[in-house]
Parts: sequence; structure tokens; C-alpha cells
Amino acid sequence: MKILVAVKRVIDYNVQIRVKEDGSGVHTDNVKMSTNPPDDNATEESVKLKESGKVKEVVAVTIGEEKAQETVRKALAVGADRGIHVKADSYIEPLGIAKILKKVVEKEKPDMVFLGKQAIDDDCNQTGQMLAAMLNWPQATFSSKVSLKDKSMEIVREIDEGLETIEVNLPAVVTCDLRLNEPRYASLPNIMKAKKKPIEQMAAKDLGVDIANRVQQLKVEEPPKRKAGIKVANVAELVSKLKNEAKVI
Amino acid sequence: MSVLLIAEHDNKTLKPFTLNAISAASKIDAEVHVLVAGSGCESVAKEAAIIPLVKKVLYCDSHNYQNYLPENLAPLVTKNADKYDHIVASANTFGKNFMPRVAAALDTSQVSDVIKVNSPDTFVRPIYAGNAFATVKSNDKKRCVTIRPTSFEPAPKTGGTAQVEKVDAADVPNFSKFIKREETKSERPELGTARIVVSGGRGLESGENFKLITDIADKLNAAVGASRAAVDAGYISNDHQVGQTGKVVVPDLYIAVGISGAIQHLAGMKESKIIVAINKDGEAPIFSIADYGLEADLFKALPEFLSELNKLNTIQK
Repeated sequence: MKILVAVKRVIDYNVQIRVKEDGSGVHTDNVKMSTNPPDDNATEESVKLKESGKVKEVVAVTIGEEKAQETVRKALAVGADRGIHVKADSYIEPLGIAKILKKVVEKEKPDMVFLGKQAIDDDCNQTGQMLAAMLNWPQATFSSKVSLKDKSMEIVREIDEGLETIEVNLPAVVTCDLRLNEPRYASLPNIMKAKKKPIEQMAAKDLGVDIANRVQQLKVEEPPKRKAGIKVANVAELVSKLKNEAKVI
Repeated sequence: MSVLLIAEHDNKTLKPFTLNAISAASKIDAEVHVLVAGSGCESVAKEAAIIPLVKKVLYCDSHNYQNYLPENLAPLVTKNADKYDHIVASANTFGKNFMPRVAAALDTSQVSDVIKVNSPDTFVRPIYAGNAFATVKSNDKKRCVTIRPTSFEPAPKTGGTAQVEKVDAADVPNFSKFIKREETKSERPELGTARIVVSGGRGLESGENFKLITDIADKLNAAVGASRAAVDAGYISNDHQVGQTGKVVVPDLYIAVGISGAIQHLAGMKESKIIVAINKDGEAPIFSIADYGLEADLFKALPEFLSELNKLNTIQK
């Protein structure tokens, strides 16, 4: 079996983002970038399935500017076999990304596509579901446990009420929750080896899909700041404030 | 011009967040129709019909919709989308799961997690875990929108008389199967809708010590929350997690105990009306957004807190 795993380059999750003064977006120059965290879980799970012997090949794909390739290299360094970089210079909405991924799926014919459940920049949580719909495949979102069978997968999903178990036939799209696994670190020798693994390049605009954005970003602003309140001296004062000042208990 | 809102329910009653979604939908357009799809869920259709903001209920009863598998539900929504300019659902694990499938089928770009409706085509939504707000305008003819339920007041529940119209089920692809759902049962209020939330972090040091949190929660009739660090350390199950990767809560009172205040946690609770922080580290970031901060050892402060609460004659429920 074969897995396609999609990885996205985003501002590192530890960076406190700064909104641009002109409201056009957030500062990305000289800001540390890394792979979207749940995409690392998607890569890890793909590699684990390969190590279990059930999966023969893991192909990592990214869509974005030149430097987005770093995310593919990272996936190659932890065990993916080869990479695909679909070049795109500007932001593409999940709808357009899903259309591009569909093209890649048609070419690569994987049995499963693994993605992170959500990107931590635009927080859309759409791409995996859209791709599944476009392919007319089943989906397993927010996956925290994956059991691969011969022609299907049993998946435990994280839902608001607790946990849900479903079974989806292959081929299928899986979006990964942070609790699915513990992504490994790449060892130095593997990082060196990954440099020799092939990354195929193509341009988004050559794929023959409509990737024009439909949602216009009018402005980006800082959320209203919450002011720090007061420090209380002891528990008795705290309870008294909550009872008599805030009137919440 | 009308809105189709997809109701979330358990085949017996509406889930509370559907009421918040209805009130958001009514800000897009007054003509709000609600789709109730499920199995043996006639009581839910009736419940939706008496919500004053609802003008019509589309009711579809089929065992295919019993567990809202997105592969089954999305074709039904798509099939009924013709007459509507907006398809709306809550941005919780229910809406997040099926709505992008509908958007893809309609070739429309979804607007996720809306916290404010400026006009029928312009919305405000948080990005970067709520560290920035984006105002976006959708240029699609048909718009798929998910709304953050806690950003909208719940719609009043009774007094309306909407017509209930039966609609036919759609074809289903039969490639996914529901097996089971393990809901975390609790006597306490639900985290997403509780008036008071008491949350514990890594400072609790163990799962057993969470009893200090639950004792206070029970006294205040509050829900119990946790930081991701506490969940990852195995102190408490993940459905208690508040934050970017957990639940977003907006209670009247949020008490953060032994939680330093990582960005990802703040994203889930900083809109709370009153925030209390109890932490022994006076420099913890949580204090910068707390209305009342208590710099103290939680193992001393929590038992004291409980005994002070016990001294009160009355506690609001």
C-alpha cells in the first residue's frame, strides 16, 4: 500500500505572531517557520505504518513557495521515501489546495492520504474533508488512533463529547490529531540521507485547476487586549472579590 | 435569500450549541431554515419548529443519518442547498467534520469559525489561534459558514410555530461505518456551556490531585477544564482540554489553577468574563490576563478556597 502525506510550512507554533500595522496580515519576514504540528503527526503515522510492513511507500507533498520544500525534506528525514513540491508563490485557500492535492492523488494513486487536522496559521480545518469529498472517498478527521486492516481502517476520533470509533473503506483521507502519536526527531545521518532522496517539482498553475481565491481578506487586526486586573493577597480576599465585586459566585 | 442551518442533536433533543448557531444564522438573514436529519428524530424537528427565529424546518428521517457520518450527511445538505445562499453550522467537531465536504461539492470556499457577522458576505474570524482577527469577504454566490458557538448568544427556545417539511433522504456512498461513541459521562455541567469553569494545569502534579479542582467545581456547580500540559501528562482525559486544540469556553467565571498560560491555552479561555489565576509563579503569563490573580501554592490555596466557599451563605447556581 502507499500513503501520500501532505505537509504545510507555517509560522512556528512557539512564535508570538505580530500583526502588521497596515492590517494586511502578520509579519513573516525573519520569523521562524516550521512544519504545521499535526502534519508531523501525519508523517509519523505514515512512517510507522511503513515500518509495520503494511505500507510500501510514503510520499510527502507540500504546496507553497521555494522554502516550503524544507517541510518535505523534514518528512524525508524521518522516513518518507520521496517528495513532491507543488510550487505556488501566494496563499491558496483550502478549496484550491484540495484541488491541487486531488491532482497529485490522481497521479500517485495512494491508498491513503494523511494530513494534519488543521493548519495553525489560517485555522481553517477544511483541506482533508474537501479532498475526501472531491475524490469521493471516506474521511476520518481528528484521528487519535489508526488501525490499518486489509481493505479498511478502524479509526478512533476525538470529538467534543469524548471519543468516536469509525471504520472507513480504503482509499480514505485521514486527518491527524496531536494525540495520534509522538513525532520522532530526525537523526543527523537521516537528515544527510534525506538530501539524496528525490523531490519532484511542479507548478500549481500548470495543473489545470481553478485555484483563484474566493474569500478576500479585508483586514487583519490584533484582538482586543485584555487588561491585567489586580493581585489579591489571600484566598479570603479572592472569595470576597468574586462574591461582592464581580458578583459571579 | 435565506439560510440553511444544520442542526446538531442526539436524535432526541437539540444540542445546546445549535441555538447559538441559529442566532448567528439570523444575523446573516432573517429567513432561517433548519435541517434536522437523523433517525427517529421527530421530537427534534418539533423542538426546532418552536424556536422563534426559525422560519421552517426541513426534516429527514433515515437510519443513514443516525450518527451523522459526514459521507452520508453532506450529500443530503448539498441536495437541499439549491434554494439557499448560506449553509451554516456550528464550528465544533460536528460542523467541522461535514461542512467542508458540502463546500467542496458546491465548489465554494468555506468561511470557518466565524465570531462576528458584519454583513451577509463579510465575517470576522480568528486566525493564529486567536492571536489575530481577520475580517473576510466571501465572493462566492453560495456560502458555507461555520460559526463559533460561544461567540453568539443562544436563541430563545420557545414561542415559534415554524412549518415542518419532510424531505427525502439522499443516496449514501456506503464506504464508512459508525462503530461506537464513548461519551464522557459527568454529573457536572458541560464544559462548553458551563457558567463557571475550574481548570487545572501541570501544577497539579498528578491525576489524584485533580480532586482539589473537582471539589471546588462541585461546590460552584462548575465544569472541570484542563490545560494541554495536564492532559498530555495523563492527569485527566482530553475532553476536558481548554485551548486551541481543545475547547473554546466563554464562562462568566474561569478559574485557572497551576496553569502558566501558554498561548494555546489562552486561545481557549481569554474571552471569559472574569478570569481568576492561582499560580505560585508570579511571573506566569496567565496573570497578564487575569482579573484576579493569587500568587500562592495551589496545594494550600485550594483547600482554603473550599473552606472559604463553605462559609458563604449562598452560592449562585
